[in-house]
Amino acid sequence: MQVSITVNGQERTDDVEPRLLLAHYLREVCGLKATNIGCDTTSCGACTVIVDGLSVKSCTVLAVQSDGAQVTTLEGLAGPGGKLHPMQEAFRAEHGLQCGFCTPGMVMAAIGVLADNPDPSDREVREGLEGNLCRCTGYHNIVRAVRTAAQAGAAARHVPQERQS
Amino acid sequence: MIPGPFEYLRAGSIEEAISALGEHGDDAKLMAGGHSLLPLMKLRLAMPAVVIDISRIPDFSYVRVDGDEVAIGAGTRHYELERSEVARAEVPLLPHVAARVGDPQVRHRGTLGGTVAHSDPASDLPTALLALDGSVVVQGPDGRRSIPVTEFWLGFFETALEPDEVVVELRVPRTGSAGWGYEKFTRRENDWPIVAVAAVDGRVALANMGGTVLRATATEEALAGGASIADASALAAEGTSPSADMHADAEYRRHLARLLTGRALHTAA
Repeated sequence: MQVSITVNGQERTDDVEPRLLLAHYLREVCGLKATNIGCDTTSCGACTVIVDGLSVKSCTVLAVQSDGAQVTTLEGLAGPGGKLHPMQEAFRAEHGLQCGFCTPGMVMAAIGVLADNPDPSDREVREGLEGNLCRCTGYHNIVRAVRTAAQAGAAARHVPQERQS
Repeated sequence: MIPGPFEYLRAGSIEEAISALGEHGDDAKLMAGGHSLLPLMKLRLAMPAVVIDISRIPDFSYVRVDGDEVAIGAGTRHYELERSEVARAEVPLLPHVAARVGDPQVRHRGTLGGTVAHSDPASDLPTALLALDGSVVVQGPDGRRSIPVTEFWLGFFETALEPDEVVVELRVPRTGSAGWGYEKFTRRENDWPIVAVAAVDGRVALANMGGTVLRATATEEALAGGASIADASALAAEGTSPSADMHADAEYRRHLARLLTGRALHTAA
């Protein structure tokens, strides 16, 4: 089946099998490997991307369900010249990662948290990230990173839709 | 994990979905958010030959007051119910419970109609709907009918839906400022309940205490007869048949049912 999906601001049309998962579409068809597949059972959140402004677990969405949608992956966050998105910058500054496997999903989910609540408390960040597991248990600095990003204001919850070079 | 192959159809209306169900029969499954069905398909526990996507049906997501009831479109996603001002004012138990389903990403996809049709006895929202004594409006080739929630869930993954019927709306009485309580016991915040209890208006519903969500009828009768919360909640596990799994054995679930019923009733009071 033919689908048209705008991925990181760039519309593309692909012929896909109906059973192709969005996570596999992004990784295998689009070649965007930042989106990790961890548990593959909607539990760990490593595959979190933003679809039409909402965080979703792309291992539990079909590519055909996303036909016509705007999808943003971690690769779509950085600005021109590789300037980090404020959420990425905050994860770097606060050391919000250890092994890094959960990080792409964590960053995308965190942008979703701030979209709902621009200035969350520690507890609200933890509740907002309840669907993302960090096997290194590095939650403390992740929470700190999200709160630091919140201080950056609207930019930290901005989901880029225009194509970045 | 990759689902088995299937044909994908997109219904533009409820009527199209019903007609596709009529044409493909048992080989077809409806998919809205896909957060119950797709995991089963990935595990190959479900292998429908045809998937009918009903997520693009217009006017399928709404929460509105209709007389003494609140009517909720089956396509309403959990996060929409969670944030609905109408739901918060008229039936606050429901948005509270919606916010306890899974995690934000799951709530962005899952729908109320989907969780109702799925009939998992460990589901949060069906437990709340049962405590609210609501009804399920379904539509088939001959039109609509309303099924009380007490008659809708027949067993594990089994409902009173005919093969060519679609859940189109959920209806619950407006409870306004009446007290309510919801107690959910999990190991991790985003899990299904090991046991959960919803209480509102003298009614008590239990999650994961049998093949379907259940009403704690002995507790309700005791309350109606003037029993204390302590005495009534001690009866919460009467007539239940909880299963045992890696999280809890049956006796522990009975214990949780009694304990959580007491807490939910105290909150509601």
